[in-house]
Amino acid sequence: MDNNSTILRVKNLNVQLNGDNIIKNLSFEVKEREIFTILGPNGAGKTTLFKALLGLVPYKGEVVWSRKFKIGYLPERLSRAKFKELPISVREFFKFKESSDEKISEMLSSVGLKDPKILEKNPGNLSSGQYQRFLISWSLIGSPQILFFDEPTAGIDIGGEETVYSLLQKFWKEKNLTILLVTHDLNVVYKYSTNVLCVNKKVVCFGPPRDILTPQNLEKLYGTEIKFYKHTH
Amino acid sequence: MDAQFILSLITAVFIGGVAGYLGSLMITKKMALAGGPLGHLALPGVALALIYHFNIFLGALLSISIGTIIIWLLRVRTKLSMEALTGVVFAAGVALGFLILPLSRAKEALIGDIMLIDKTDAILAVVLGSIVFLIIKKIYLNMILSGISEDLAQAEGIEVKKNDLIYLISIALIVALEVKIVGILFTVALLVIPAASSRNFSKNLLQYSRGALVLGIISAVLGVLIFKFTSLPAGPLIILAGAFIFLISLCFKSG
Repeated sequence: MDNNSTILRVKNLNVQLNGDNIIKNLSFEVKEREIFTILGPNGAGKTTLFKALLGLVPYKGEVVWSRKFKIGYLPERLSRAKFKELPISVREFFKFKESSDEKISEMLSSVGLKDPKILEKNPGNLSSGQYQRFLISWSLIGSPQILFFDEPTAGIDIGGEETVYSLLQKFWKEKNLTILLVTHDLNVVYKYSTNVLCVNKKVVCFGPPRDILTPQNLEKLYGTEIKFYKHTH
Repeated sequence: MDAQFILSLITAVFIGGVAGYLGSLMITKKMALAGGPLGHLALPGVALALIYHFNIFLGALLSISIGTIIIWLLRVRTKLSMEALTGVVFAAGVALGFLILPLSRAKEALIGDIMLIDKTDAILAVVLGSIVFLIIKKIYLNMILSGISEDLAQAEGIEVKKNDLIYLISIALIVALEVKIVGILFTVALLVIPAASSRNFSKNLLQYSRGALVLGIISAVLGVLIFKFTSLPAGPLIILAGAFIFLISLCFKSG
């Protein structure tokens, strides 16, 4: 892992939204082929950090990508309910990114959605397991080099959540992918990530999860809520 | 068939079709009802056109444009919902319009009169209707994506604010065109009813958007034909034809 090159360097990142300091003096690096997790409590600025990296919000400081990458992004709260309101088929949602029907079917098959009837269904009517597979396949179509996942499964049952990350890991192993994840789930961090950045507006700790997720650091990150997390490792 | 009837029919077909198509986008953006206030915003301009004898479309467009620009600027600056802002601006416009509207021409302004459609109106409907249709067709999918997630749309390189502006201008143009046919009272109906019916018939976006276009045209043709045989006012007839199709569509509701 250490031999891989740095693909993203963030230095003294500051983000202000509506006069509030959401992110203060954040500096870190992401290397190629990492599963880089951003961990922190609600309101810690995780989503805003993602948006700054993607250039969706104004910021001060440096966000330097080593070259131009093809990016796949799943924002937070992309719920099935959103799709149910629209008369849109799985095929049509893929058309935003990919015009070839063959490639769409191929991608869906690779996440285990082999039934061609899926293409004509509304994403909102898929089962929760199918829906997560659908989201992953959508984010991966067009072979992105970097994936941004902003807790796309928040609110979906635990059984389902397992699928998302194990499936992600499978693609990470097969393809030349770098993954950036936002989560507040410590289990996910331990099981899948290579490096974790703990943030609560500023950096609390940074490194491989086994080394840095000490009770002391977690207490710094979550305050008194620490007891709840103690049994998870 | 006389020339006046053909002019009226062509105008109604183009405006009905494009209004239906545009309305299908408005329903997905949860802004269907914005077409109502915008139509009402036309009133001061329509009143001026009636007083000073210039084209009603121009009068309507002028006051809708001013109103729309105010709404858009307020939205960019305040982040208040489009609906709230539209509500504020439209109420002021209607109040102003009623102060200056000549009462003898009130019916024409309120429910439209297709017998007063002239060549200029028909050309405007065909040319502007076609342009708006093509523009909306181009941004349709992008608007849908930004409706699902604005962040996602931006990350995909879609200029959300620019599209919003194009979309608002299109609505303003179509609503202004509608005034001649269905009057300021029914502009919203021509946008919403064909799209709502189409929603019941369709399983995907293509069926839905094309369906709204076709049903808008059918409503317009039915309304104008019934007008021909009954001499009842065409505006309300077009709307009622649309509502009748909506009732039929309920039997096909695909969930």
